[in-house]
Amino acid sequence: MIETRDLWVRFGPVAAVRGLSLRAEACGWTALIGPNGAGKTSALRALAGLAHYEGEVLLDGRDARRLGRRAVARLVAFVPQKPETPAALTVAEYVLLGRTPHIPYFGGEGRRDREAAARALRRLELERFAERPLGSLSGGELQRAVLARALAQEAPVLLLDEPTTALDLGRQQLVLELVDALRGDGLTVVTTMHDLTLAGQYAERLILLDAGSVVAEGTAAEVLSAPNVAAHYGANVRVVEDEAGVFILPLRTR
Amino acid sequence: MTAAAGRAEAAPRVEARGVGLRAGLATTAFLVAALAISLAVGPFHVPVGSILRSALSYVPFLHVHQPLDALDRAVVWQVRAPRVALAALVGGMLAVAGASYQGVFRNPLCDPYLLGVAGGAGLGATLAIVYASAAAAGSNWTVPLAAFGGAIAAVVVTYALGRSAGAAHMTGALVLAGVTMATFTAAVQTFVQQQHTQQLQNVYAWLLGGFSTATWSDVGVCAPYVAASSLVLVLHRRVLDVLSLGDDEAASLGVDVSRARLAIVVAATLGTAAAVSVSGLIAFVGIIVPHTIRLLVSTSYRAVLPLSLVAGAGFLVLADVVARTVLSPSELPIGVVTAFLGAPFFAVVLRTARGAR
Repeated sequence: MIETRDLWVRFGPVAAVRGLSLRAEACGWTALIGPNGAGKTSALRALAGLAHYEGEVLLDGRDARRLGRRAVARLVAFVPQKPETPAALTVAEYVLLGRTPHIPYFGGEGRRDREAAARALRRLELERFAERPLGSLSGGELQRAVLARALAQEAPVLLLDEPTTALDLGRQQLVLELVDALRGDGLTVVTTMHDLTLAGQYAERLILLDAGSVVAEGTAAEVLSAPNVAAHYGANVRVVEDEAGVFILPLRTR
Repeated sequence: MTAAAGRAEAAPRVEARGVGLRAGLATTAFLVAALAISLAVGPFHVPVGSILRSALSYVPFLHVHQPLDALDRAVVWQVRAPRVALAALVGGMLAVAGASYQGVFRNPLCDPYLLGVAGGAGLGATLAIVYASAAAAGSNWTVPLAAFGGAIAAVVVTYALGRSAGAAHMTGALVLAGVTMATFTAAVQTFVQQQHTQQLQNVYAWLLGGFSTATWSDVGVCAPYVAASSLVLVLHRRVLDVLSLGDDEAASLGVDVSRARLAIVVAATLGTAAAVSVSGLIAFVGIIVPHTIRLLVSTSYRAVLPLSLVAGAGFLVLADVVARTVLSPSELPIGVVTAFLGAPFFAVVLRTARGAR
């Protein structure tokens, strides 16, 4: 479980996140949505301990600042929007790097680390790719390798920054289904998402940010209204709602 | 999950490639061969076998008969051996420091002189040669000490300058600060040198580097620095692999990135400064050796760091053999040799390795 209380992230005089308080329950999926510059990524980075923040981030009720970097890394795995994937590294080596918070500073991987990495590879059906260099993988395979690295970290909270950028429609669904399945294994998921329809389909709670503040929060049906999208994205959309979910369809104004 | 675990399927090989037996043996053999050649080759011919037996004769309880007469012994153990040892120390240090800088700045073109070590040492040595030689002519340590001090001072200023640009863009700012420092020290050094043209020869000889005056006391002074800094760097080999994922991801994996970077930079800089102060500015070793290892063995720092240390030592020992034999009895500056031999060799490695993939 991860929680923030009155979270502020500032870049000099500009506040990217203004007083965010959120609570992501265990095994839940929370999506941060909002237009460009709304503060989604800054909020996520603060949750991962990567951005300086004011206010509190609580991990299982404990102050993240007091836990220290390694302890936080054992509780929270973070996947950036554009992860670095050194081309010559094999998938297995890359996934093993996810074990870093469990390995002493000058140490090397032990049997338990190799087992955890092997489990992560199996979970994402990457066994065949274990010895392939990252540079030889397709976009979808690479995204799975990145998820496997985060999974090998064995942290109960998984933060994903725009997990579906640069993937085609089918691969987007594949990755999101995978993340959903991992949730079934007990992971708490917080993502930022651009695609509102997909966000509504997968996350059970949406938090709409604009200019750093929460402007709407709740289920897809509650948050994804045409007036909300018009007011905060400046977009003209038609919202279609049926038993399958909420669909946001962009409409040309002229 | 349990069903999958129960199935008797071939588990994927989940391992991080390290040095590897073959690469480790090949690199060690290269160093040993380089050492043997270097001890044997020179104006006085001494057979390798005799050198080996002579070495063993110093080991207590082995009772190996000393095969060399007093003159040969002096040539091998008092003239050649310190020179070979110093070349090995400096070569290993420059290579492992270069590899570490490339890792910590995530830039394949970084060399050990990146943060102003070369410029600072060059300026320090020039000032010592020009101004202090009259006052401290008796001491062999004036120039190395000045070079060491200059190198450290330059890097400290570079680091302070880079830091003032803010932590977010630290690596880029540090590289720029290093370039600034190198340009500035080069300007001052050239000015001082032009004001004292009578010392031009001495300054030039130091800048181009070499081991012609190497003694066991040089080795003794240099060795602890090289040992300590290469130990620290090799211990960071896995951390460097984590840093190759970028600052953010390394931090999200629990690594204190700025502290790790500082430790690596301090170790690499101290070792490089010590190496430079006894050898002058030897170019190219810190770039060519790590990249050759990357192309031939692995890009993981777990292979690159230890193998660079050993291969760099062998490479500079061989380069020194060429430097003192090609124009014997006069000597080529070793920096000329490393660049002249290194560049075509590297071109070949680059071509074959790319072709093999």
